[in-house]
Parts: sequence; C-alpha cells; structure tokens
Amino acid sequence: MTEATQAGQLMEVPKGVSLWQDAATRLRKNKLAMFGLVFLIFIILLCLITPWIAPYGYEEQNLRLGASAPSAAHWLGTDIFGRDMLTRILYGGRVSLFVGFIATAVALVIGVTYGAIAGYAGGRLDGAMMRFVDILYAMPFMIFIVLLMVVFGRNILLLFLAIGAVEWLTMARIVRGQIQNLKHQEFVEAAVSIGLSPFAIVWKHLIPNALGPVIVYTTLTIPSVMLLEAFLSFLGLGIQPPSSSWGLLISNGVESMEEYPWLLIFPGLALTLTLFALNFLGDGLRDALDPRSSGD
Amino acid sequence: MWRFIGWRLAQAIPVILAVITITFFLVRLAPGGPFSSEKAVSPQVQAALEAQYNLDQSMPQQYLSYLADLARGDFGPSFKFPGRSVNELIFSGLPVTAELGFYAMLVAVFIGGLAGVIASLKPNTMQDYAPMGLAMVGICMPSFLLGPLLVLVFGIWFDVLPVSGWGNSSGDKILPSITLGAMYAGYIARLSRSGMLEVMSQDYLRTARAKGLPEYLVITKHALRGGLLPVITYLGPAFAGLLSGSFVVETVFQIPGLGRFYVQAAFNRDYTMILGTTTFLAALIVFFNLLSDVLAAWLNPRLRYQFKKKT
Amino acid sequence: MLKPFVATRIFLSILCTTFLIACTGGGSDESRVEQGTREGVLHFGNGTEIQGLDPHIVTGVPEHHVIQTLFEGLVLKNPYTLEIEPGIAERWDISDDGRIYRFYLRSNAVWSNGDPITAEDFRWSWQRALMPALGNLYNYMLFPVVNAESFATGEIDDFSQVGVRVIDQYTLEVELNEPTPYILQLFDHYSTFPVHRATIEAFGSASDRLSQWARVDNIVTSGAFELVEWGLNSHIRVEKRASYWDAEKVQLNAIVFYPTENLTTEERMFRDGQLHRTEDISLDKIPVYLRDDPELIEIAPYIGTYYYMVNTTRAPFDDVRVRKALAMTVDRELLVETVLQGIVAPAYAVVPPGTLGYNPPKTFDFDPVAARELLAEAGYPNGEGFPAFEILYNTQESHRKIAVAIQQMWNQHLGVGVSIVNQEWKVYLASQENLDYQVSRRGWIGDYVDPNTFLDMFITDGGNNKTGFSDPLYDQIVLRDAPAAQDRDARYELFYQAENILLEQMPIIPIYTYQSKHLKHPSIKGMPPNIMDYYNYKYVYLEAEE
Repeated sequence: MTEATQAGQLMEVPKGVSLWQDAATRLRKNKLAMFGLVFLIFIILLCLITPWIAPYGYEEQNLRLGASAPSAAHWLGTDIFGRDMLTRILYGGRVSLFVGFIATAVALVIGVTYGAIAGYAGGRLDGAMMRFVDILYAMPFMIFIVLLMVVFGRNILLLFLAIGAVEWLTMARIVRGQIQNLKHQEFVEAAVSIGLSPFAIVWKHLIPNALGPVIVYTTLTIPSVMLLEAFLSFLGLGIQPPSSSWGLLISNGVESMEEYPWLLIFPGLALTLTLFALNFLGDGLRDALDPRSSGD
Repeated sequence: MWRFIGWRLAQAIPVILAVITITFFLVRLAPGGPFSSEKAVSPQVQAALEAQYNLDQSMPQQYLSYLADLARGDFGPSFKFPGRSVNELIFSGLPVTAELGFYAMLVAVFIGGLAGVIASLKPNTMQDYAPMGLAMVGICMPSFLLGPLLVLVFGIWFDVLPVSGWGNSSGDKILPSITLGAMYAGYIARLSRSGMLEVMSQDYLRTARAKGLPEYLVITKHALRGGLLPVITYLGPAFAGLLSGSFVVETVFQIPGLGRFYVQAAFNRDYTMILGTTTFLAALIVFFNLLSDVLAAWLNPRLRYQFKKKT
Repeated sequence: MLKPFVATRIFLSILCTTFLIACTGGGSDESRVEQGTREGVLHFGNGTEIQGLDPHIVTGVPEHHVIQTLFEGLVLKNPYTLEIEPGIAERWDISDDGRIYRFYLRSNAVWSNGDPITAEDFRWSWQRALMPALGNLYNYMLFPVVNAESFATGEIDDFSQVGVRVIDQYTLEVELNEPTPYILQLFDHYSTFPVHRATIEAFGSASDRLSQWARVDNIVTSGAFELVEWGLNSHIRVEKRASYWDAEKVQLNAIVFYPTENLTTEERMFRDGQLHRTEDISLDKIPVYLRDDPELIEIAPYIGTYYYMVNTTRAPFDDVRVRKALAMTVDRELLVETVLQGIVAPAYAVVPPGTLGYNPPKTFDFDPVAARELLAEAGYPNGEGFPAFEILYNTQESHRKIAVAIQQMWNQHLGVGVSIVNQEWKVYLASQENLDYQVSRRGWIGDYVDPNTFLDMFITDGGNNKTGFSDPLYDQIVLRDAPAAQDRDARYELFYQAENILLEQMPIIPIYTYQSKHLKHPSIKGMPPNIMDYYNYKYVYLEAEE
C-alpha cells in the first residue's frame, strides 16, 4: 500500500496484519487445535458423503448373522440385527453433528441478536433485558427439557428449540459484554457522527468486532449440545429409532457392553474424539484470538 | 453486602414463581394422565380417582389451591404412591442426592483443582499435558458411558468395588461420586489452570518471591486465592449441572436419590411430584448461585469494594 | 475469624477425611447372598419400586410379590402343580349347580395384631374392594359374584344385595352368577384378600386412597410374613410372623425386596452376589448364561401372549385383507430364533397353547406370497400407495428390538413404509385408550389359568379391547354360551369357535407366547417355575451348595 506523503514522495508502508491473519498464524502453530480442525473436517466430510460411500443400507438387517465382531465384511462389526456398524455410525454422525450445529446456530442467532441489542441500547432496556436473562439463568433447565420432551413427545424440531433455548443465554451475555466494551470506542463515535443508523452500526461494525469470543464460545457450545443430545437419548427422550445418533448408539451399546464391546467402543470413540476435536479447536481459537486469556 | 444478598433473594422469588407456573401448566398439558393403567378404568373409578386428587376442579382453581398449599410448605400427595406425600418423597431422596452431589463436588474441586494447579506450574510440559488430557476425557465422556465403564473395570473385572446401591455395601459411594464429578473435575482443572497461569505472572507474586518466600508458600498463600477465583464462580452453575447429572448416575447405579425420583415421576406423570421436585430444585439452584456469588465477592476484594460503594 | 488461608486448609482436610471415611469401612468377604443363605434371608430383585401395599388399590407384578408375603386370601396355590390349597379357608362346599360356595374359615387364623380373621372381615373387605369411590382397578375379579358388578358401577348401593354372606363368625357363603370353574383361582388374587377394618377406619374412610394405614408402623397383615422396614427406592424387608396359622411350615426367616428397574444393573447385582433372584434378564445376556452358567438361569413357559393390536377403525387397517397380510409376513420362527434367543414360542393365536389343556386353532402361517396377493387385492400391489404408518410400543429394550425387526420384515416382504415410535407407559396407554395409533404392541398375562382370561378381552367395548373389533357372535359365545357350558370339553369347543372368529378378522397379530426368565441362585429351593410365575413363600427355603 502506498501513501502520498506531504513531500509528494511515494513511501512503502509495511503491510499491516489484520486481527484475523494474526489469529490464523497463532492457530496454525497450535498443534492440538490443528489436529482438531483436521479431524473435524474429516469427520464432517465423511458424514456428508455417507449416502454415497456407506457399504450397506442403513436399515439393512441380517437377523441370522446377529451381532458379529469386526471383520473384513463389516469393518466395525454388526449389531444384534446384523446391521453394519460402520454405516450406522456414519449415519448417526450425520444426525449428531446436525443437531449439534443447528441447535448451536439457533442459540447463536438468538443470543447474538439479543445481546447486541441489549449491549448497544444500554440504559433501562439493557437492564430489563439482562434481568430477564438472569431469571432464565436461574431456572433448572435440564428439568424443563426432560419435562418438555416427556410432555410433547420426541419431535426433532422441539429438540433443537429446547437445546437452543438453554444455550443462548451465555451467548447473549458474552455478546452484550463485548458490545459494551466496543461501543465507546472511537470508530463507533465516528460511525454515529456520519449518521449511520443504529442497526447498521450494530450489524456492520459492532458485531464483526465482537465475533472473536462468539466464535470461541460457539465452538465450545457444539460439544456441550452434542452431549446434551446424547444424555437425552440415554434417558430415551432424544432421537428416536429408526433414526440413530451417536448418543443413541452408545446408550444401546452400554446394555450389551460385555458381550459385544464393539457396539460401545466405536460409537463411543466417534463421539469422544469429535468432542475432543471441537474442544481443542475451541481452545486454540481462544488462544489465537485473545492471547492474554491463558497466559501463554 | 447485605443489600446485595437481599436484592438477589428478592430476585429469586419471581424466578421460582415462574418455574412453578410453567411446570404446572406444562405437566397438565401432557397426554397420559396419572391414572392411565393397563386394566381398563371404568368411568366411575376414573371419576373417583380424579375427585380424590382434585383433578376435577378447573385448571386455574387447581393452580391457586396448589399455591396455597405450597405457602404452607405442603407439596401435596404423590399420585404414584398413594398414601405418601411429595414432601416425604423429596426428603427421603434429598439426603442421598445431597451426599452424592457433595462427594462429586469434592472430587471435582479437589482432584480437578489440584490437577489444574499442578499443570499450571510447568506449562506445556508433560506435567501440563497429562492432567489436562485427563481433564479433557472427563469433559468429553458422557457419564452414562463413564459410569458403566468404571463398573465394568472395577466392579466386574477387578471386583474391588460394588456395582450399585448407596450405603448398602462399603465403598459403594466411590464409583458414583467419581462418575458424577468427572466432568466437573475436567472443567475445574481447566479453569484453575488458566486462573493460576494468569495470576502467576502478576507483580505481587514477583514481590513475594523477591522477599525470599519459598515457592510452595508463594503458591499456597498468594497465588491460589486469586487463581481459584474463577473456580468459585463456576461452582454455582456446576451445582446445577451436578443435580441434573444425578439423573443418569442415580439410574445407572440404582441410587435412591431425588434425581431418580424426578425421572420416574416425569415418566409416571406424577404431577405433584414433578411440580414439587422442580420447585425444590429450582430453589436450591437459586440459593447455590447466590452462595457462589457471595463467596466470589468475599474472596475478591475488588468486588467487595464495589458493593460497599453501592451501599 | 481465622485467616482465609488457614481456614481453607482446615476445611479441605475435613472434606478429604469425610470422603475417605465414607468410602472405606469394614467389608466382610462373604457376599450378601451367602450371608442370606446362612441366615435364611432371601434377597429378591423386584423390578420397579412398588406403589403401595393396599391390595385394593395397587396393581402390578412387583406389588403382587410383596403383597403375597404379607396378606392371604381364602385359598392358596401349590407352586408345583398350581392346584388350589386351603388358605384362610380350611375347607369349602360347593353346591350341585356350582353356583354357591360355602367357605369354612380356620379359627386359628389371626391378624398380625392378634385379632381373629373372620367371615365378616371378608365381607367388609369385598365391599371395600367393590366401592366405586375407592377406584380399585381390579374390581372386576369379583364380578362373577352376584350383583358385584352392579354394586361396583353404582347401579345399586346396598351391598347386602351382593352375593356374599356371613353365615357365622367363621363361615362365608358366596353366590355366583354362573358356575365359574376358575373362581377359586380368583380367590387367590390379592384384590380379593381381606384387609383389617379397624386399622383402615382408624386412618380415614374406607375409600380414602391417600390413607396412611399401609405404612410400616400402622399396617396390620394376615399373611406368613410381616412388614418390618421400607426404605423408598432402597429396599423392603418382611420377616416371618410367629402368629401365622401355618408358621411352622414357613422356612424363610425374612425376605428383602430390592427395586431393580435397570436390567443391566440387576444382572450385575446378581453376579456380584447381592441378589438371590432377578425379576428379569436382558435378551443379550441370555445366550451367555445358557452357554456358561445354565444352572443359574431359569426360563419357563408363562401364561401370556405378546401381540400387536391393529386399529380397525382407521383406514387402511379397516380392511381385513390388509391385517391378514401383515400377520402373514411376520417371520415368527426367525424372530424367535434370532432376536428372542430361542427362548419363547411363536404364537398364532391369542390363548397360549396348553392353557389348562386347551389348544387354540392355527388358521394361518408365515406366507409372504399369499400375503402380497392379499395386499394387491386390497388395492396396494407391492405396497404401492400404502400410507406409511407407525408401530407404537412402550419404552423397553426388548419391545424396541422386536419392533425394529418386524418393521424391516414388513418393509421387505410387503414394500410398505413403517417406522417405530415409543412412548412412556402412561402415554402409551392413553394412546391405545383413545384409539390414537395404527399398530401397537401389547402383552397380556393371564390373571388365572383358563382361556377365558384372554378371550374375554375382545368383547365389544371390552376395557382391554382397544382395537375397535366387535362381533356379536363372539360376544354371545364368550359372555353367554361358554359360561353356561355343561363341561370343559363343551366350553373349549365354544372357545375354539370364538377364537376362530377372532383370527378370521385378525384385529390382533399374535407374535409369541411369553416365557418367564429369571436368574436364580442355586441355593433357592422350593421356588419351582410354573406357568403363572407364582410363588408360594411357604415352600421356599435356602440351602447352601457344597
């Protein structure tokens, strides 16, 4: 980038490094986070192309075969109906990841909007909105979710809403905090003086700058959402057969853990490793975007 | 300080009221009343049952009479266990869950905290990676996976610990406590590690070292206090999590606690039991959040000063 | 105030010590089962935590087990042969027309508080059991008695019109509508047991469901054991009662019942030596035990049928051809052999074969070819156009497994789209009650050993007939002709006819005949398997293996 100086000469100005580039460099150096990222991409891709690569039908049963240990024909073994576990884990992954991402997205949208409004508006509106959040925060949500699922039956849409409804609160708090810090900065004053509408200010300037912690928190929310889904499935309230999710596969596997350990180990590994990856990535992102936070 | 506590308590009331109201109407909306049963229920029997449990009144009426009873501390009769009141059920399950939660909290705070502190002393070495790796396992492995695995290893293969029960055989409290506390141990390990790391680079520690204080005193007398602050703040939400985590752990280990009662009640449509447990648990959570905030304030002189200023 | 630092240290130390103390503690090397065998204490895994102990209010097998130890009725059964044995009634006379029974009660039968058990106790207890206000879900057990049903529905409110009379202190006369051959079996059912009037009335009215009379401190019982301890969701302990009229025959000193909802945990408790006997066992563990420890597992025929109900009020299930096609494409043999581990028997009718010598008709078989033809005839060749539907079942591992397998069979053989949905017990029952399902799983365990307990379910508007099935000829046979039959053969011929009608219309799809399955420690003696999975605890004793 060149800049004209007072003397009319062209000067080379060193290329600045944006926040994002800086963060990306730091992230790349973090081996664990990179492993997490690679693994995550790998597993997401695998689950996306499942319908084309799965060796067997999802519901294809082979009752006479029953549960069999891993073999050449069935890399991860079969369950008691003779269904191929590799196929089921892949399809289960689609569901688990889908629930994880969508529910988090729901929480994200609600939380960011709510937090941005509260943070920017300030004053009484902010006070009222955050009071509401405080009240909700104190509610025993797990209890409500159990109750909701028991009462209204297991609708996957309801599952998203229920889970999303629990997670948006912290998101809102984080965003609000960020916005509050940012809104007193000069670039906001500048925007206001140009005459930008509050909406434009929030949308174009504040939110992009607040994204750092939001991204980190989102990456860390997905695993807790997936755990929540698994927990509900274990109680019999989450995903219903014939669909399957990793949580459901694990809960089934626990029942016959001693006789057919592969029914538990492989879905368990799938879930645990994915959660590891997400957590490592989230940690890495946090370290990358805010170097002060862990005192490296 | 007292103003702060009072204000928070006042805030708690609408929360609990909201909890009661929402739960009340949610449960009534559910299909499958408490008396559906395999044996065909004749209309007379159905009517008699409903009359005894006040189900024949209108919804608003039921709601108001429930609130009135609640004000007297009466949670009502259980629908599922005739002759037993919800109070009785709650108070039979509560000590068990409380004990379980307490031990789990111990595991979480003590083991987690220790792990985090140890890790923070030599960051980015094996002393750091090992405990943090374990912490990650605790966070990422669901309790219904961890519990049965622990049972398999210690209860069946090595046969050193009992597989179920609470207080029936010696040592039967260990596995459930560890299972429940594991996840929180993981979080607390991370929190304490990052808290310690942040504090360790502070100037006042350098002063202490310069004064010639041995390292272990530097850590225990000065660093811990600040480093553990985030842990204290986390305790409130951790408690809420422990309570809901107890549902699964109590089911897996057949522990006669409140969590298991709650799950049974939800499945059995035991209206009064659901309502009573939810209200009770909500009140507990609110109280614990308050406690944790107060503790955090007491430990952090800056916050304390802020409160004094407000008063 | 102590400095925070010191305080924290002390606090932490106290915490650690508490934890350690809680976790250690002297444990003996003897397992609970071994100790129990030595002391004559039976440790019994009992399924779900029981609702209560009032025999006129509670229902359920776990409740039954405990109530059977605490209360007794007119008669008992021999656990080996299921023949009727005298209980509180020492002997009885039956009139020539089979409708009047006169029971002579023994004079040494006393309640646990010492009061004698009298004929008036029975009369009052049956009045209570039939009171509409009490809401006894098993009141129909007494309906064979004259006017019992009218009293229970509130049609009449004078109990003296009901066919039970006190002749003298120890003589009870019962008048029946018909010569019901299985009536004595009904009198061994806990809903006909007597309860102690004075105790009940001391704690509230007779119809008060919330009464405290059945609590540990208050309860007064009539059986071989008395209630000693009840920890909710923990255990129930009953001990041998010295004042029981047959106390010298009772060999157990105590029984402890444990609530064991979770099958996996129950099995581990058994393996760990904490239980002598389990209520059930998960399907996956069965082949393991059969292979490695066959002496520990007990599987026996059980008087029950597992079937799928079809909602005949909803299209396309209102077409009998559709229902038959569905019935003919369930490969029962394969299902039994694989998923069900070969321990049950396929069922092609609703009454289990051999029920007191009755053998049901077999009108169809596994025949996918013929089934496809039927379906095509009904307008859905190869399943085209057939709406997707759901199999409803209540949340349980084995029901799920069966539903998954059958769903696949229907898909494969008929080309129809099926999914499965599970609901909790209460919701599931409500769905059936409201005919809000398409196909639903159902199981029925006979209340007594006679085909009637299965067939009288399907009368028009029968309380347990939630299929919309209604056939006047069927009603006629079951309600009027069969009870009036001259002898057993004539009765069974009529039942055979009725069952043919049922199978011709196929509102239900029979799947298999139940088996009871338990894990049993070899030290248990005198608890033989029988078709009702019935226990008479007077016969049970514990003997250590050498």
